[in-house]
Amino acid sequence: MDPKPAVSSAPPKQPEDRRWRMVDRAMRLYGFQPHALIETLHAVQESFGYLDMDALKYVANGLKVPLSQVYGVATFYHFFSLKPAGEHTCVVCMGTACYIGGAADIIKGVSEKYAIAPGETTRDGKLSLVVARCIGSCGLAPAVVFDNEVDGKSTQKSVLEKLGRWTNS
Amino acid sequence: MTLEELQEIAQTELEKQLGFKHQINVCVAAGCLSCQSDVVKDAIQQEVVRRGLESTTRVKGVGCLGLCTAGPLLTVDDKTLYQGVTAADASDIVEALGGRSVQRLDCSIQMPFFSRQHKIVLENCGKIDPERIEEYIATGGYLALYKALTKITPPEVIDQISKSGLRGRGGAGFPTGLKWSMVSKSLNSTKYVICNADEGDPGAFMDRSVLESDPHRVIEGMALAAYAVGANHGFIYVRAEYPLAVKRLKIAISQAEKMGLLGYNIFNTTFSFDIKIRLGAGAFVCGEETALIASIEGRRGTPRPRPPFPAEFGLWGYPTLINNVETLANVAPIIAKGGEWFAGIGTEKSKGTKVFALAGRVKNTGLIEVPMGTLLRDIVFDIGGGIPDGGKFKAVQTGGPSGGCIPEQFLDMPVDYESLAKVGSIMGSGGMIIMDQTSCMVDVAKFFMEFCMSESCGKCVPCRVGTAQMHDILCKITDGNASQSDVAMLEDLCDLVRNTSLCGLGQTSPNPILSTMRYFKDEYMAHVVDKTCPSGTCKIHSPVGGVK
Repeated sequence: MDPKPAVSSAPPKQPEDRRWRMVDRAMRLYGFQPHALIETLHAVQESFGYLDMDALKYVANGLKVPLSQVYGVATFYHFFSLKPAGEHTCVVCMGTACYIGGAADIIKGVSEKYAIAPGETTRDGKLSLVVARCIGSCGLAPAVVFDNEVDGKSTQKSVLEKLGRWTNS
Repeated sequence: MTLEELQEIAQTELEKQLGFKHQINVCVAAGCLSCQSDVVKDAIQQEVVRRGLESTTRVKGVGCLGLCTAGPLLTVDDKTLYQGVTAADASDIVEALGGRSVQRLDCSIQMPFFSRQHKIVLENCGKIDPERIEEYIATGGYLALYKALTKITPPEVIDQISKSGLRGRGGAGFPTGLKWSMVSKSLNSTKYVICNADEGDPGAFMDRSVLESDPHRVIEGMALAAYAVGANHGFIYVRAEYPLAVKRLKIAISQAEKMGLLGYNIFNTTFSFDIKIRLGAGAFVCGEETALIASIEGRRGTPRPRPPFPAEFGLWGYPTLINNVETLANVAPIIAKGGEWFAGIGTEKSKGTKVFALAGRVKNTGLIEVPMGTLLRDIVFDIGGGIPDGGKFKAVQTGGPSGGCIPEQFLDMPVDYESLAKVGSIMGSGGMIIMDQTSCMVDVAKFFMEFCMSESCGKCVPCRVGTAQMHDILCKITDGNASQSDVAMLEDLCDLVRNTSLCGLGQTSPNPILSTMRYFKDEYMAHVVDKTCPSGTCKIHSPVGGVK
């Protein structure tokens, strides 16, 4: 994971940004107790799509938890992302059934065509490639999620075709 | 809520159901949903309305119908099963109501996939609408809770569970009754019940299906467990990767609260119990009890040495009972029908049924529930329908990254905790991946080791460093760069990591290597000595003839 999350390049979020209300709500729901940390980070990610340093500091302040601990938790769990995602996200499931079904081939194909490794976003910010541990759709292996829509029995060809529609290539 | 009110809800619901001549149940669990079953459901509903049949025909979304590979699935009047339905079929399906079924969509419910199953945990799956508590109550739901709260004492509830022989379905198979009595013996006035729904095994989706298809069963099980051990607060720790399960759980909890089946003074007794949901955040190690507790407390999910066990020192230091989703889903039927009934199913030491997620190179992938002790061959070839495309069975992997690969010679083995342990695998949570000749066993071992390596929490050295070392050697083998001494080193490392790691993740991580080495040593040797991969999976670049 990137040791230095994006800080200076992005403009600082305005406290009046409506999206913070969701975060405040999550913290209030648990009485601003430190054990609400993971729930609050979920709220941040849901509102903003990722966790940046401003958000981590905000949560640390709100719950009175050391920033180091917030950062530790945010980087420990795979679900949290410290970088903004691309316009579109392609999640390739690498559960056992999908792996047996050829998921590695799909990842290789996407990585090579778009020159991104799993977890990265293309330079134009169009596409993020994510590898999931198991999305639980093993009956449909290999499964690929295109922007929250699960697609089953995928092949390298079918995935590249779908991605081509997003990226016009 | 009183018994009369509960019965009235059930009665009203049953009458309502009888008022319909036809019932179309469309599977809206995750598998079928990803084949657009919601669109199919809407199309059928529209067709019913268009023909003016809405007063006699009911279209509803139900949980998993099991045969995920043939989705979207739907049943008509519980007698006809249609597979691979699209929105364009809506008109034909409605047309055929009451008459002959639509031939091209027909899927026989007589086939072994359905007839060989024995459903306890999944009995309501595919029958009730998971988002309506009334339907669960109409099947006799929450009656077990009523019976326990008003007629049975907590020690008697534990006694029934002990008698039933129920063992933890999360993997280790610890006797549930014993676990409950440990927590109940603690004198602390604050106790917690946690439902472990952090189904992290790659290739397993049983818990997800139960939560998506019949969430109230798990809630009732938790309430019974809480009553038995003397807890008043519960948590469900569920993966954030299962948004649909989370949504349905939230609906179910709020419905139960509104009806007074959760909250204060349930059934006008002194028993109070509430449930909160906590989202996991994608860490496999959080399936381990102490790591799960750390995660609920808002910390990094790292395990700690046991004892003290969570039964004495758990969430925030209070005695805590942690049970898996499937374990809790078995509780209500046991209390309703008695421990002896449950003990009559299964084998001598493994009672009841087990839900498996059948996947990989098998014709019928999906969710099945079979009695303990069912032969592996029956599961793979009868229920699973064998290997597709004329492939040849090679191995079946159970237990995920902590389990092992079982080769062909053990196909006639009964599936229970003891038999699986004997051949070097484990029951695990119930993922069952079938492999054919196209899978390289070294590559499979490497796949699981990569999983354990990146999921290791990093707290203890043997697991953090050992899994990385083992993975390195496996990479060397699959790349064709390994020597005999590497294999010997790998065996040593397996032994070391197994015996010195802190938690189950590390201790069981060598299992995939050990079991593949035991049964497929020749494949390892082919990579090491002949520099070839028998199945052609590993791309070994080496001079023809190999280097010795």
